[in-house]
Amino acid sequence: MRLHDDVLGSLEAEAIHIFREVVAECERPVLLFSGGKDSAVLLHLARKAFFPAPPPFPLLHVDTTWKFREMYAFRDQAAVAAGMPLLVHRNPDAGADGINPFDHGASVHTDLWKTQGLKQALDAGRFDAAFGGARRDEEKSRAKERIVSVRTAAHGWDPKRQRPELWSLYNTRLNDGESVRVFPLSNWIELDVWRYIQRENIALPSLYFAADRPVIERDGALLMLDDDRMSLRPGEQAQMRRVRFRTLGCWPLTAAVESEADTLEAVVREVRDASVSERQGRAIDHDPSASMERKKREGYF
Amino acid sequence: MVPLPDTGPKELVRLITCGSVDDGKSTLIGRLLFDAGAIPTDQIAALPDLDGAPDMSFLVDGLSAEREQGITIDVAYRFFDIGERRFVLADTPGHEQYTRNMVTAASTADLAIVLVDARKGVLTQTRRHSRLLALLGVRRVVLAVNKMDLVEGSQARFEAIVEDYRAFARQIGLTDVTAIPTCARTGGNVSSADGRMPWYSGPDLMTCLRTVHLAEAAPAPMRMTVQGVSRPHADFRGVAGRIVAGSARPGASVRILPSGVSARIDRIVTLDGDLDDAGAGQSVTLTLTPDVDVSRGNLIAAARAPPEVADQFEAHLVWMSERPLLPGRSYWLKLGAETIGARISDLKHKVNVDTGEMLAAPTLALNDIGLCTLALDAPVAFEPYAVNRDLGGFILIDRMTNETAGAGMIRFALRRAANIHPQALTVSRADRAALKRQSPLVLWFTGLSGAGKSTIANRVEQRLLAEGLHSVMLDGDNVRHGLNRDLGFTDADRVENIRRVAEVARLMTDAGLIVLVSFISPFREERRMARERMEPGEFLEIFIDVPLEVAEARDVKGLYAKARAGQLSHFTGIDSPYEAPDAPDLRIDAAGCSVDEAADRIIALVHAAQATRGAD
Repeated sequence: MRLHDDVLGSLEAEAIHIFREVVAECERPVLLFSGGKDSAVLLHLARKAFFPAPPPFPLLHVDTTWKFREMYAFRDQAAVAAGMPLLVHRNPDAGADGINPFDHGASVHTDLWKTQGLKQALDAGRFDAAFGGARRDEEKSRAKERIVSVRTAAHGWDPKRQRPELWSLYNTRLNDGESVRVFPLSNWIELDVWRYIQRENIALPSLYFAADRPVIERDGALLMLDDDRMSLRPGEQAQMRRVRFRTLGCWPLTAAVESEADTLEAVVREVRDASVSERQGRAIDHDPSASMERKKREGYF
Repeated sequence: MVPLPDTGPKELVRLITCGSVDDGKSTLIGRLLFDAGAIPTDQIAALPDLDGAPDMSFLVDGLSAEREQGITIDVAYRFFDIGERRFVLADTPGHEQYTRNMVTAASTADLAIVLVDARKGVLTQTRRHSRLLALLGVRRVVLAVNKMDLVEGSQARFEAIVEDYRAFARQIGLTDVTAIPTCARTGGNVSSADGRMPWYSGPDLMTCLRTVHLAEAAPAPMRMTVQGVSRPHADFRGVAGRIVAGSARPGASVRILPSGVSARIDRIVTLDGDLDDAGAGQSVTLTLTPDVDVSRGNLIAAARAPPEVADQFEAHLVWMSERPLLPGRSYWLKLGAETIGARISDLKHKVNVDTGEMLAAPTLALNDIGLCTLALDAPVAFEPYAVNRDLGGFILIDRMTNETAGAGMIRFALRRAANIHPQALTVSRADRAALKRQSPLVLWFTGLSGAGKSTIANRVEQRLLAEGLHSVMLDGDNVRHGLNRDLGFTDADRVENIRRVAEVARLMTDAGLIVLVSFISPFREERRMARERMEPGEFLEIFIDVPLEVAEARDVKGLYAKARAGQLSHFTGIDSPYEAPDAPDLRIDAAGCSVDEAADRIIALVHAAQATRGAD
């Protein structure tokens, strides 16, 4: 047999090359794994990169305690199937303060659970390279992100210290305390991710496929009631709608879209013909108090 | 019938746009993205109005707000599909840092759009961009003559600009140029014909991008960079890497470089099963038979046509660091999967990218481009950049700050590491010399008998020893007692005498030594032969010059007296000629200076040679 000689084949080969370079040159890599579609693709590529050996690094989930229940189950299964250790970190300070998206808002919630939690987990594991599934097509400020992105000892992203990336040469040499975030899917677009999932038959949480789900409509967004932690505002009432998710974050911060796409083929078709951008359903991107650029500087993935 | 799954576009094309915002570049890119359907409606709805239509430039100028916040703008990547092609567009908005950013973007580009304002024509900036394209090997150019509406769609204006550009492009080696008159603001000739230019019958920009011929890489012999060795259990040892040229098949004979060891490809292993064939660009894992030693940084190449292996190159260098280049300082050089110490041994000149002019320069500053020679700590397999970007493009990393300080493109090897292809090279002469922390040299002392050659050479060797340098002395009289005791003093025997000594000196330099040869060596031709037997720069001819009368007056060994008395024939200076050197590396007037003064001058010469030949 032969490998696929098309755009997906090129993107796959590039991602495998990136995984191997970083593993060869960094001391303690880790793969950030949430159970979402991008991290599922990332895990699949990591397995390809090191086959027949298992990928020589653990999975790390920075848990906010507000993910969809199905994602937790999916996450645990995927780690077992890959034969890789799974580390789960929850920011104890955020837990002690009872930080949640309803009382504290998307920004505070995301900063404490995700950004601060990630820094704690990376420090605790002394990880010098963290693979993530971010793509350049996701958000304007990501269009210029490097594949290997250098972070200071405090995990800050200093634009002046980013290194030019020529050809397929990545400079992973670090000064004391520095680390890199590595994005093997940098050059993929959302549709590539879906086509690849279809071609490679990668398992995903069912939330990505249309089904009748209990949702409320709040500020123009459809929010699914995944557990009983949401207090309804006057006049709000749960209703069953046929919806699916284009991205999966914390459930109170991730809007569903109405959709009939209940198979991979249908999702690929829907994404291809979609006319709005993927992260439109992420409340965090619309929070006016913080641009993605600023969050990155502070250490957001 | 089950419909075939949608597997997406077939071909990944990397594109770079060159021009400034003033030429309408942002508008053109925005228009391309829009016409290709790559802009979601929620983003289009957010665009400000410009003359009753959405202002496309805002699709790419989102970064301008960041610029005001002091955030560096360098290379932004955008994606769109036209037909069966996926385009990865690398856009370099900044003016500041422009060379560094454009070089980065061009390093992977297959194709460039060069934008020219129809009112202004070909500018210095256009020439600078085009020179960088040529340097980085982007051979295909689409010349978009934009803002045609502002010159009333004038055909004459368009043709004059195109002719001007083509003439310049040809000079710098860009011969594949397609020109299109565009009006990005209204979309004219971007995705459809423009009614104001009925004279133009060529393709619009989108059609051009969709159909432009991107020549298949000429069939090349297989090369794979080795990224790592996979050893999950005792029964499996795989070599993981990326094929950067040609294709790999089980059974193919390969050579591991730089070691030169031979093997065959046994299997091509992937998670999806073994492959029959893997081509350029693919990431695979090979098993080899026999299971030879391979490590990260090696290159696996088709045995029938392995690439060169060398440790000295001539290369173009683009400097990307605020800390200027220091010739002589050691940097990390990353080429393929190999990282190795390297020094700039000679900065030949700097190139002015605006004019193409070559200027002498002691250093390169940020955004400078120069031509230089590099010396590596060990030989590596490579190909000239013009043949293969992945095997000829390298980066230099500052050892102190770890930043990527420069990027280079290999032109050719200055000195081939010998005996690589026929036989596995185990320990090289460079290795032996490196162990001794010196560069091998031959100090060839020539002059009349009694001139003081051996006395001075002995003093020099004492000084070398004191400095911790490893040396050996070949003295004429001593060698004639052993190796050359079968030789007399006829001209033929004198030639053979020198030939043998030159060969011995060569072997000694291979061992990494500094060799002091103290022989009368009266004939120019033999001294030239000896020089040519050594590596360039390793042979230093030292003429110990005294008048015959002085040597004869000294006559330490009583030989002149014997010769004058007719008891010795073929004696140099008496009845056999001495051909004085025309241009020795050093001439010592032995009658006018002390032995120590002579030794001082010779030691200074050795130091200079060690510095330029690059002992660590």
